[in-house]
Amino acid sequence: MAAEPGLLSGRLALGWLIGGEWRFHPARFLTTAVAIAVGVALGFAVHLVNGSALASFDGAVRGVNGAAELSIRATSPLGIDERLYPRVARAAAIVDASPVVRLDARVGAVRLTLLGIDVIRAGAVTPSLVGLPPRGPDTGDDPDNGSVFDEASLFVSRAALARLRVAVGDRVTVTANGHAVLLRVAGTLPAADADAAIGVMDIAAAQWRFGRLGRIDRIDLALSDRQVAQASLARLLPADAVLSTAEARDAQGSALSRAYRVNLDMLALVALLTGGFLVYSAQSLSVARRQRAFALLRTLGMPRGGVVAAVVVEGVAIGIVGAVAGLAAGCGLAWAALRWFGGDLGGGYFAGGAARVVFQPAAAAGFFALGLLAAVLGSAIPARAAARAAPAAALKNAGDVLDPRRPVAWWPAAVLLAAGGAAALLPAIGGLPLFGFVGMAAMLAGGVAGVPWFARTLLALLARHPGRSVPAQLAVRHLHGAPGEAATALCGIVASTALMIAMATMVTSFRGAVDTWLGQVLGADLYLRANAGASFDPATRARLAAIPGVERLAFSRQLPLTIAADRPPISLIARPERGGRDPLLVLIDRAPALPATVLPIWVSEPAQRLYGWDPGETITLPIAGRTRFTVAGVWRDYGRQAGAVLVDEADYQRLTGDDGRDEVSAMLAPGSDAQAIGEAMTARLPAGLRGQVEVTQPAALRRLALTLFDRSFAVTYLLEAVAILVGLAGVAATMSAQTIAREREFGMLRHLGLTRGQLGAMLATEGAMVGLTGALAGIGLGLVLAQVLIHVINPQSFNWTMTTRIPVGTLLGVAAALTGAAAATAVLAGRRATARGAVQSVREDW
Amino acid sequence: MSGPTILLDVRALGKSVPGPRRLFRQLDLRVGAGELVAIIGESGVGKSTLLNILAGLDDADEGSVAIDGTVLATLDEAARTRLRRERIGFVFQAFHILPYLTLRQNVALPLALVSPDAAAADARAIAMLAAVGLGDRGAGYARDLSGGELQRVAIARALAHRPALILADEPTGNLDPETAARVLALFAGAVRDNGAAGVMVTHSDASAAVADRVLTLGADGLVERRGR
Repeated sequence: MAAEPGLLSGRLALGWLIGGEWRFHPARFLTTAVAIAVGVALGFAVHLVNGSALASFDGAVRGVNGAAELSIRATSPLGIDERLYPRVARAAAIVDASPVVRLDARVGAVRLTLLGIDVIRAGAVTPSLVGLPPRGPDTGDDPDNGSVFDEASLFVSRAALARLRVAVGDRVTVTANGHAVLLRVAGTLPAADADAAIGVMDIAAAQWRFGRLGRIDRIDLALSDRQVAQASLARLLPADAVLSTAEARDAQGSALSRAYRVNLDMLALVALLTGGFLVYSAQSLSVARRQRAFALLRTLGMPRGGVVAAVVVEGVAIGIVGAVAGLAAGCGLAWAALRWFGGDLGGGYFAGGAARVVFQPAAAAGFFALGLLAAVLGSAIPARAAARAAPAAALKNAGDVLDPRRPVAWWPAAVLLAAGGAAALLPAIGGLPLFGFVGMAAMLAGGVAGVPWFARTLLALLARHPGRSVPAQLAVRHLHGAPGEAATALCGIVASTALMIAMATMVTSFRGAVDTWLGQVLGADLYLRANAGASFDPATRARLAAIPGVERLAFSRQLPLTIAADRPPISLIARPERGGRDPLLVLIDRAPALPATVLPIWVSEPAQRLYGWDPGETITLPIAGRTRFTVAGVWRDYGRQAGAVLVDEADYQRLTGDDGRDEVSAMLAPGSDAQAIGEAMTARLPAGLRGQVEVTQPAALRRLALTLFDRSFAVTYLLEAVAILVGLAGVAATMSAQTIAREREFGMLRHLGLTRGQLGAMLATEGAMVGLTGALAGIGLGLVLAQVLIHVINPQSFNWTMTTRIPVGTLLGVAAALTGAAAATAVLAGRRATARGAVQSVREDW
Repeated sequence: MSGPTILLDVRALGKSVPGPRRLFRQLDLRVGAGELVAIIGESGVGKSTLLNILAGLDDADEGSVAIDGTVLATLDEAARTRLRRERIGFVFQAFHILPYLTLRQNVALPLALVSPDAAAADARAIAMLAAVGLGDRGAGYARDLSGGELQRVAIARALAHRPALILADEPTGNLDPETAARVLALFAGAVRDNGAAGVMVTHSDASAAVADRVLTLGADGLVERRGR
């Protein structure tokens, strides 16, 4: 007889088996599909929002840059000497060069980027920046249409036009660099990117009207040979300029938000992971319930592979349905999130953009595959268990295969935990904590795998002394004898609890650290800050210092400083540091006393980690050419992820000659009215500056900072809640199914004389112990995972460190909720399981 | 003179279980086509173990089992599975009718395991249900039937794929005496009519009465109590 593949020939039987199961238990199928759908929806939505926001941000950046292939850029807003321009224009392989002045401007409350360009040059290099005056009969009554050369003409992009709510021909007051200038909207920038809010005017007018004479910020280049051009320009570049390619600008744009987006993507996958565990629980239960049916089929001649196929095919179907539903829901969620939260989901990385959902087919395929994988993997382990069961024993006495004496293996969990710990210690790759995430996944799997051993160990003491109550004795012995059953119900909730506790602990630690740090750095009584490039000149500073009640003022300057073209700029802060006693300097490391001949500089913790600047080391920065500084210390900074350096204000003044200051911190005399003095300060400001200065008290700043912090973690909180809900739904579903499957056992107990009340007490006790076991396992595992988040992922992602703070209230709440939910579910399910008469409960097959 | 074809040939079979405890040794059994043999024994003597060995679900310590000329010991697990699928039928004490398949599907299950031809499987199932007196109940489910009716469905399933050997483990253990008698008569008739070799394990003398031969299982093998 020729050998036939049993699986293929038996596919009719397989189809009946799977179809029959779904017809009779549709709720199980739907529950697991929904769990996968929730996970896929959240992950895909977060990824879509991030991608759409980044695309919008890139578009806005491209709009400002004008899409030049190569540019020379100033390392700081102080700009570069315009005399560099003719030398660059004559360099080898340079076809044309377009000088640009760039200013952060405001029109009222609306921010936009103001560019000053040479129209003739820009037309050849970056034509998208050249304005177009209106034509045709509908351009308004004023015949004096502004030309591109007119010093008062402003050409705005569509995005700027919409935000300013003006029309061509309107006049607007543009404020930048401390100057307010009346300009006329003379036309539009039709070729500018739709997301870019920019205004363009003549470069000479921009330099003159906004106080930038002799300075430019950028030279956009058209090349004939890029390699030759780069080589020739490298010899020309001064210290305060860098050569920037389009690729470097893209890298710079995405680098700042990359860690945030990756972390958010990982968090969103938490829900999918929990969904996978839920599938595992449900499939394990289904296999246990169908043990006899599988044994019958194996006896009738179905190969082991057929049993595996039956369960895995179910998993595939669950995965497909769940993933497709999840993708659709994800698109809807992304649209809603962009509408209500904005493109940065509160993270603050893409402020000001108007992102639209951009469907990403590759990402959709990826998340579909992930959803399918979660469902298949969740089915694979129960499938193998089903195939391994000896058919003869399972047919004859399926309920008696449990052996309470059989030891529970601990080593698989130990191996996974150890491997995860080792992986977490590995360094970042490309600035991303990939090994950290792998380590967390391995430790999570290890923790879940160790639940049966943990439950057995925890219950061993109780099993020796179960108490006098019969229901309690039965509950303890059942759980102690079958810890695997409890583990099946718990694996989803242990995973989601662990991740939720890990995130909650990390956020609590981070928030506590930020709050403490704010308390340390916000030591003044009042803060003033100038916007839109405005600054406090020496005369204004003197008037402010003379106000009664003002004890001491500290003026500072903060500028972005580009160290590398493909990295976000660091913040250069110039303050009177008073020998390192500046309250902003919450030092975490310092160099030994430095000689008086060196220029000291204090670097922030992120700057130290990003650039490797250690105390005592000499570094060169593009300030006033190239200036050497010696690192005097490292300070805690949770406000500037890209890094910051602080120099003494006097050194800065001497090096740069820049006497503008944009921030003031004021110490007041004891008993002074901060509100009144703030108003007095505002009144003493020049008229043009008054509208550009914010006066704030430290408490308000602290509240604002923490509000922004909470907003940036709002999505994290939401994902935590979803993970917990999915896990709770899982424990409710599996505990119900397990309880209902024990109907014959309850019938037998009632034959022996146990009352329904005693049965309920037994189930309540079991449920409470299962819930408590899950809570303890989840909390313990979560605290371990939190250490990876706090000491590996956070530092590798965002370059700052913090100490662990444990959210005790949250832990207690989670433990209580889990215990209560499991107990309540078991009791309710028990009522259903004992609804039939005791005699019918013990009958076979019907 | 030639007798019926020997479909089950057991020679010098021996089996011990952990303890160690010897269940039986030097067990010989030959069952021909259309013959029903009943094996009686006390609880724990190894009746079910013997059936499992005959079905290829367990291994003997010594001896050999051949089903329709195929020696089990020469087969690997996959081959034994195929043999069960194609050549052996089973009737269980607990019926094991799957509650989420129709009765027709339950009877057609052995056929569905060997061929995707749903129409052929359905036709055979209808015929087998009619043969056991349940021709009009095919669209129903297990919960619609009494115990005796369920066991009749099980008998129909055991014969649907025309097996060479039918193994029955306490087929009337869950039935009242009157129903048991009817089911046993049906079972014995079906074995003879289909030309299969039938082996029935039971602890009831009354149940064994329908068999052509009654053997007692003991530690020294099978002893004939009543022959042809």
